[in-house]
Amino acid sequence: MLVATAIAIVRMQRLFAIAMLSGVFSLLSALLFVVLDAVDVAFTEAAVGAGISTVLVLGTLALTSRVAKHSTHSPAIPLLVVLVTGATLMYGTLDMPNFGSPDAPAQTHVSPDYLERSPHEIGVPNVVTAILASYRGYDTLGETAVVFTAGIGVLLLISGLHRRREDEDEEEESGES
Amino acid sequence: MNGEFTWDFIVGHMNYWLFIVLMMTGLYIVVAKGNLVKKIVGLNIFQTSVFMLYISMGKVTGGTAPIFPADMIIDPDVVYSNPLPHVLILTAIVVGIATTSLGLALIVRIREEFGTIEEHEILEIEKAIAAAENKLHGEAMGGRA
Repeated sequence: MLVATAIAIVRMQRLFAIAMLSGVFSLLSALLFVVLDAVDVAFTEAAVGAGISTVLVLGTLALTSRVAKHSTHSPAIPLLVVLVTGATLMYGTLDMPNFGSPDAPAQTHVSPDYLERSPHEIGVPNVVTAILASYRGYDTLGETAVVFTAGIGVLLLISGLHRRREDEDEEEESGES
Repeated sequence: MNGEFTWDFIVGHMNYWLFIVLMMTGLYIVVAKGNLVKKIVGLNIFQTSVFMLYISMGKVTGGTAPIFPADMIIDPDVVYSNPLPHVLILTAIVVGIATTSLGLALIVRIREEFGTIEEHEILEIEKAIAAAENKLHGEAMGGRA
């Protein structure tokens, strides 16, 4: 499956099909999340990544152009940067615990507490929901604020398109972004 | 630890390495490609591979999804995967779509303003505008600016 996703990305270097391929990529990653026991995340990824973001990209393509031109500058320097960064990250993973090991630091710190306490403290069968809505409720509140702000930003950017053709106001634009 | 590259070690870390490869593919698209929509897609790939990295850290071998039976009678022998990364990544996905939509809106605006969504063309247009402004100011200052 991972190989399939990688192939999808390599093919994504090309034309208009990148929008569709990014949807495919999201769907494959949702499958991977199911395999890794994260059903809630898979659900969200399939809905948001494969659904909404594909629609948004397609809408943008409809409003702009459909064909990507070839980049003029050489890919050598970006490739070098990427390889160095990747090598550094790989060096960083050498100290990580093995995949799926039950005594990894991530498994032994607070999460056993959550698993033990949420049945009688919250009473919701799904632990992810219990943590999301109750223990880490402020996170979710902040997330809602972020989405709200982004929505306002998008509306402000899009709505004035035709009115603002002649006098563009740069400081307003930089303030929104 | 660095000395012993056993088979166990390699298989146990293969997931991290694959996600890093995906991550770097996304980063390469962001850095090297000039088309702005393609950059956003690359950013999404980068993001999703970070999500995969987190979720794979929460996996426990032989574990199952962290959902209890509906009657709440919990078998103490069942191993559940770590729910905490799932929660964090749920939040991150939603924030990610918010930033993506904002970026796409900015692209639409840029297209309205410059008539192109290619990075080098935008740079050229900006350079031309800056040169024209310099010239204008220079003439207004009597050629001294």
